[in-house]
Amino acid sequence: MFNFGTWTSEFNNFLMGFLPDWLTVVVECVIIAVLVLLTYTVLALFYILYERKLCAWFQCRLGPMRVGRWGLLQVFADMFKILLKELISLKDTDRFLFKLAPYIVITSSVVMLACLPWGNGLQIIDYNIGIFFILAVSSVGVLGILLAGWASNNKYTLIGAMRSGAQMISYEISLGLAIMTIIVLAGTMNINSLVWEQDSAWFIFRGHIPAIIAFLIYIVAATAETNRGPFDLPEAEHELVAGYHTEYSGIHFGFFYLAEYLNLFIVSGIASLMFLGGWMPLHIPGWEGFNNVMNWIPSIVWFIGKSFFVSYLIIWFKWTFPRVRIDQMLAFEWKYLMPLSLANLVLMAVCVALGWHF
Amino acid sequence: MSDIKELISGICPGATFTEGETLLVTVEEKDWYPLAKALKETKGLEFDVLSALIGMDWKESLGVMYYLTSTSRGWEMISVKVAVADRENPMIHSVSDLWKVALFQEREVYDFYGIKFINHPDMRRFFLRNDWVGYPLRKDYDTNPALNPLRMTDEENEDDTVSYVEQPDGKIKEVPGKVFEESDYVVNIGPQHPSTHGVMRFRASVDGETVKKVDVVSGYIHRGIEKLSENLTYPQILHFTDRMDYMSAHQNRHCLCMCIEKAMGLEIPRRAQVIRVMMDELMRISSHLLAFGCTAMDLGATTAFFYGFREREMILDIFERTCGARMSMNYNVIGGVIADLHPDFVKDVKHLIEIMPDRLKEYHKVFSGNIIAKNRLKKVGMLPKEDAINYDITGPSGRGSNWSCDCRKVHPYSIYPELDFEEVLLDGCDSYARYMVRMKEIEQSCRILAQLVDNIPEGDIRAQVPKVVKLPVGHWYQQVEASRGTFGVYIESDGGKNPYRVHFQSPCFNLVGVMDLTCRGNMIADLITIGAALDFVIPDIDR
Repeated sequence: MFNFGTWTSEFNNFLMGFLPDWLTVVVECVIIAVLVLLTYTVLALFYILYERKLCAWFQCRLGPMRVGRWGLLQVFADMFKILLKELISLKDTDRFLFKLAPYIVITSSVVMLACLPWGNGLQIIDYNIGIFFILAVSSVGVLGILLAGWASNNKYTLIGAMRSGAQMISYEISLGLAIMTIIVLAGTMNINSLVWEQDSAWFIFRGHIPAIIAFLIYIVAATAETNRGPFDLPEAEHELVAGYHTEYSGIHFGFFYLAEYLNLFIVSGIASLMFLGGWMPLHIPGWEGFNNVMNWIPSIVWFIGKSFFVSYLIIWFKWTFPRVRIDQMLAFEWKYLMPLSLANLVLMAVCVALGWHF
Repeated sequence: MSDIKELISGICPGATFTEGETLLVTVEEKDWYPLAKALKETKGLEFDVLSALIGMDWKESLGVMYYLTSTSRGWEMISVKVAVADRENPMIHSVSDLWKVALFQEREVYDFYGIKFINHPDMRRFFLRNDWVGYPLRKDYDTNPALNPLRMTDEENEDDTVSYVEQPDGKIKEVPGKVFEESDYVVNIGPQHPSTHGVMRFRASVDGETVKKVDVVSGYIHRGIEKLSENLTYPQILHFTDRMDYMSAHQNRHCLCMCIEKAMGLEIPRRAQVIRVMMDELMRISSHLLAFGCTAMDLGATTAFFYGFREREMILDIFERTCGARMSMNYNVIGGVIADLHPDFVKDVKHLIEIMPDRLKEYHKVFSGNIIAKNRLKKVGMLPKEDAINYDITGPSGRGSNWSCDCRKVHPYSIYPELDFEEVLLDGCDSYARYMVRMKEIEQSCRILAQLVDNIPEGDIRAQVPKVVKLPVGHWYQQVEASRGTFGVYIESDGGKNPYRVHFQSPCFNLVGVMDLTCRGNMIADLITIGAALDFVIPDIDR
């Protein structure tokens, strides 16, 4: 398996050769920041096209076809349009909070992006509490949404923000418990170790029944966390026009829009990290030849491929299901999903204690 | 019929009777409310449906024509004429406590004729702005545009209302009121809103997410069709019907043509009758497909919307081939239809009937079979049968409350008596029942089409009609089953080539009247669901 770490350490040594230590760190940080932002933009553009094409095919349509071959350049046109649009400032809004809100949302999602295990040796932030850190940062995003809804001084946005607050706080519990279930199995919160733990087999296979239940709970909770259908109540366009970002225009709206798509990638990335081995190729114990062939596929392709697959699932049911109602959504979480997650956690603990796993 | 006369004479000795298309009872204003109460409540009469309430200006007097229907007497209909001579301050007792449908109907009459209804709880204008000068449907209305310029300011006092309450001593007292309290949190939904299906405006006071009260503000697409009609000849007013409920264009126009033909005593060729009925049923399928798509869309299931539109497209293609247009078809004319069928018509309709059952299964699989959709629709927007009758909620919405009100069965017209089809009735009384009635009516409409498609007789498509259509002096009322309920046309003629008064009794007007009743206590999201399941079309309300 190729380790991208050799490239990065070579580059590090190259810089150290003629720069003092502090400058090396500064230069590396700048390069990383640029790379993360670039990845962010490219992924967001890809996701917009990905979703538009997929939903078009579900709906017996072709999707964007005019700009570029198969509409491939459509998203670039959209991006430039959104960059050129005027930032409309409104009367009687809280100016400072109104402008701050999109930055909070986008910052939280950029930080989460940096925590993902992109490939073997391609880890940007690697704490020993990595997955815990991701959960903590993801909760900051809801603050931006609440601020956006509040600062807009609009009844629709306020209702959207309140819904969003109730929804995200509720579903974070199930999300956390589903991840916790896997941590019990893995015994570590460090992202790099989590991936290496899946060298023999992915957690979804190693943890069998409780891991599969946790995966399903995770997908539901993650959909709610990213405000996507059938849990897109905060921006339910048929009730609240556009929910919390009704009053935003131009790039401020663009930030919410990008963050929404990137959060989709991020929750898919975490799903692939926790359940589908992160960047770890598909390994089947005992099948050495097969495992070697799988290792030939670069780790970064594995990670992105798995994430796209999970995103596909989420997009699929967004475009199939109707939206739930706020009371049904909260009842579903507190009455069914959370007790199930707790029971599942206990089940996993029992399995681990008795060694009933692979 | 004669027992009605006896009973009415017993209650109100001053009533006079005129035989006609329906029995016309003329009473004085002071006798009207007791008579109305007796008509509704007396055993053996029980006129439980107020089918139409039509404001009138007879020049020497202003007044109202009421069309009452008794479901227990086999849908027998009578009309009551109430007139007052006072043009300055005309007042008639409100019947809104007897028939709730009058709550909005009387506001419309007040808006157009300035007739104040005594004891009506909320006597505001319905379509026009509060600061509108004059009452436009009065014959002496000043049309000078300087009086009512295009106002650039917001409407003032939109929360103020008034009620004319009769005191025990017989005096009328003006009691001002408020639509919403100062402390209410009022969310404005519309007129520019994705889910009001047009320029409709609801003001909903909410407690958290729960709706406390809904105030309907209408008139954003009011075009004054009834006023315009008074200055046009009969063939010229036909096209308005396509522009009211554009999803029932054929049925509405069929209704107006039948009303004029009835007045002229015209016999319609068999071929034209068959074509008209087939077009009506195609229109109904297309309307219900749109309703399916919009319900799904409003609940957030965007994909199902496209499935509904895919099949609707085929029907629009059929219309396009024969009528030359996909909307506003302008197909029915006085005496028949304007053009013969396209050679592919039979083939296209057969293809549609063939694929529809499979497609309906697909809809249930993708949308109505879904647990989320069921939870969103079931027990939402409850409308018991008594309320459906009282508010005159006809069409699929009324039949979802188990009220057998299909005009094709109760007042058969055209060739419907010969056709074999079932009236779909469900007793859920909720949004799900209304939705399912529509889905099942698609099957029934296909059944009607299947009976007719191979039996279109040869012959003329139009009867001989004089160049200038003139109706004799008199008045006529005709009803048909449009896609959303019973659509009625009232024509009063003074013998000239223009109608003296035309009134369109649209089903959607009544549908929007139950929004407040059905939404109270539900969530904001349910308001959208209820609106989608009632399936009103805004131009039909505003006319």
